[in-house]
Amino acid sequence: MLLYIAKRVLYTLPVALGVSIVCFMLVHIAPGDPLTSVLPPDASAQLQAEMRRLYGFDRPLPVQYGLWLLKTLQGDLGTSIATGRAVAVELWSAMGNTLMLAVLATAIGFVLGCLFGFVAGYFRDSWIDKLASFVSIIGVSVPHYWLGMVLVIIFSVQLNWLPATGAGPGGSADWVWDWAHIRHLILPAVTMSVIPMGIVARTVRALVADILSQEFIVGQRAKGLLDLGVLRHVIKNAAPTALAVMGLQLGYLLGGSILIETVFSWPGTGFLLGQAIFQRDLPLLQGTILVLAMFFVALNLIVDVVQTLLDPRVQRS
Amino acid sequence: MKHVRMAAAMAAALVSASPALAQGTLRIGMTASDIPLTTGQPDQGGEGQRFMGLTVYDALVHWDLTRADKPSTLIPGLAASWSVDATDKTKWTFKIREGVKFHDGSTLTASAVVWNLDKLLKQDAPQFDQRQASQGRSRIPAIATYRAVDDLTLEIITRAPDATLPYQLAWIGISSPAQWEKLGKNWQEFAKTPSGTGPWKLAAVTPRERAELVPNKDYWDKPRIPKLDKMILIPLPEPNARVAALRSGQVDWIEAPAPDAVASLKAANMQIITNAYPHNWTWHFSRAEGSVWNDVRVRQAANLAVDREGLKELLGGLMIPAEGFMPPGHQWFGNPKFKLKRDLAQAKKLLAEAGYGPSKPFQTKILISPSGSGQMQPLPMNEFIQQNLAEAGMKIDFEVVEWNTLINIWRAGAKHESSRGATGMNYSYFIQDPFTGFIRHLQCNLQPPAGTNWGHYCDPEMDKMFDEVRNTFDAEAQTKVLQRVHEKYVDEALFLMVTHDVNARALSPKVKGFVQAQNWFQDFGTITMAP
Repeated sequence: MLLYIAKRVLYTLPVALGVSIVCFMLVHIAPGDPLTSVLPPDASAQLQAEMRRLYGFDRPLPVQYGLWLLKTLQGDLGTSIATGRAVAVELWSAMGNTLMLAVLATAIGFVLGCLFGFVAGYFRDSWIDKLASFVSIIGVSVPHYWLGMVLVIIFSVQLNWLPATGAGPGGSADWVWDWAHIRHLILPAVTMSVIPMGIVARTVRALVADILSQEFIVGQRAKGLLDLGVLRHVIKNAAPTALAVMGLQLGYLLGGSILIETVFSWPGTGFLLGQAIFQRDLPLLQGTILVLAMFFVALNLIVDVVQTLLDPRVQRS
Repeated sequence: MKHVRMAAAMAAALVSASPALAQGTLRIGMTASDIPLTTGQPDQGGEGQRFMGLTVYDALVHWDLTRADKPSTLIPGLAASWSVDATDKTKWTFKIREGVKFHDGSTLTASAVVWNLDKLLKQDAPQFDQRQASQGRSRIPAIATYRAVDDLTLEIITRAPDATLPYQLAWIGISSPAQWEKLGKNWQEFAKTPSGTGPWKLAAVTPRERAELVPNKDYWDKPRIPKLDKMILIPLPEPNARVAALRSGQVDWIEAPAPDAVASLKAANMQIITNAYPHNWTWHFSRAEGSVWNDVRVRQAANLAVDREGLKELLGGLMIPAEGFMPPGHQWFGNPKFKLKRDLAQAKKLLAEAGYGPSKPFQTKILISPSGSGQMQPLPMNEFIQQNLAEAGMKIDFEVVEWNTLINIWRAGAKHESSRGATGMNYSYFIQDPFTGFIRHLQCNLQPPAGTNWGHYCDPEMDKMFDEVRNTFDAEAQTKVLQRVHEKYVDEALFLMVTHDVNARALSPKVKGFVQAQNWFQDFGTITMAP
């Protein structure tokens, strides 16, 4: 197992390198200039050239990439062009905020998804199945930024129950786990949970239906096992795959949703990434994408390991 | 019992977090995506200067923001007075206001102003700050050298005689050298606890989320001491999020509500405040060789084809139809002979005189952006104008490019390959002073890459007038010259003059006492919050 983990960790290196090169090339191929966001529009050509030199954008692309990589390997993700703050500091606080949101959204999505999926699979082809499947299809299909806006209109604007934007009365810097802050988390988390809920529900439904049709279940029933006992076996067999799907969904959500975090002005990684894109803030963009990609890779690794531990049938060399 | 207790706690929290908190506190939803730079020379354009520049800092010269009924003029700020040498028109003397204190308690002197200019212009000065320099340097192109003559006298020498220097200095915020020294000569630290001389002090800042300003009770201009207890700035770049935040009581004021949200905001009893201000929305014509716009009759025809009233209806009334390059009623408007009205027959006649007709149809390409600062609603507005011009027999094709790309094309000029052969560009302008209002667009030696005369316009007669503007040091006489400049702008239809934005903002009914000046900047000191 240790060897397997060590190997998987080694595999992440080329992935990281690949991600960093693709990301670096993409942001340079895209039209626009990183200094556009820094300089007033009518800055003279001389001032632009000078600033380009000060920021190091006058160097050839491979040199810029090499220097960036060298610094990154030393743990320095550089400084944001637009804000002058360290990318690592910006990223750290944004990741904390996204983590809160993603974990809550995944928890809501997983619990509801399992519930709908299980019920639908267990009562296959009944009206309960149809209703649960309908809910899960809606979850997968509905554009979540649209849902976010609708929830804001209903719960913030019309009913005035929950706040529409932000991360608490004093911002995320003053975050405490009290109602005044948690209420800011509810609408974005519910909006974000809809997609994992749909995906988990559909996966669990298929799994449960499949497991129920297998011979060992028929055998257990024939031996007189009660429904509750059968259920235990179904859950045990469905759990590894459901967990794997949940892990991947958590990975997606940890990347932050640009749309949801923008709609709710939630100061997470998606919000940060969105701003970095619009401002052509190259160091922030590269740093954020790299860290998020690594996060995703790490999460995949964890899910694989947990899955192996849960399901002895999964043999790994 | 446990449930009852929890419900009670939740109810109490709901009450405590309700808008009742806002007693004396004004919460503003900005369009910016981050808190503007807090060190003295803010980024985020006009909005940055509005909220984080002229609140925490003062400039040597201020805009008079007390009147809503006429365009703002310059007034003394940290400089109590200024004069230009009678014989050497490049030599200016500024008398620094006596007894002004920075928020950290240190005293303002002429040396502190010199230190601030070095911060922007002198790269080997220890306090040189790349980020502030990138914002501030292009604002003060006239300055050659400067020195402190004594504690309260500053001398500035300009590169050439330039009467627009006071307008340039109105951009430059003066930060405290003592605070910078105290914080280990570190601008990042200074950004967290800045110190200026302005009417507001920065009490707290969370990047990208909020900034809290509190009144500077010792402010030197007593009538401008803020009446509020606190002003909170919140970046809300998404227009729908801003409207939702206002309607749910999370903020009391939003900048730039989307036109289609205005009706619902009014229905919810919000105040929609608008006023003219020096902004325009134009098509900047290329005057490069071979451009279809080199014929004045074609330019006039296009201006006569635009249905400005129809466009106003499209925008829910949130625009002022252009009567010239400057907004109607502006002190530099003058008396142009060419009237901007819809007259299709005249437009067609002019076009025919210019040689266009069925045998030689008029067709050209214009660069537009799908969004952008000051661009209002560029896609529907441009499509509307495209339809207007088609009715006059002018076929327009659009090349749509992203906003940051458009800015770069604008810097590169109409002759540059990035302009893709377009003969015009939809661009909106900050036109608050003689340089940004007129000179930068049309002076011969400001053709790209030297400046932003995108269309490569060059007319010796116009250049002569610009020289006159720079050499007329008497304010009234300078206004007369600027009126002549504007008359030439309109009579020769140098731009497609379409509309002016109205600087709309939506305020909760609790916000009282705000006077919206005809300016990009505003004074928040007069505001109070009703309970």
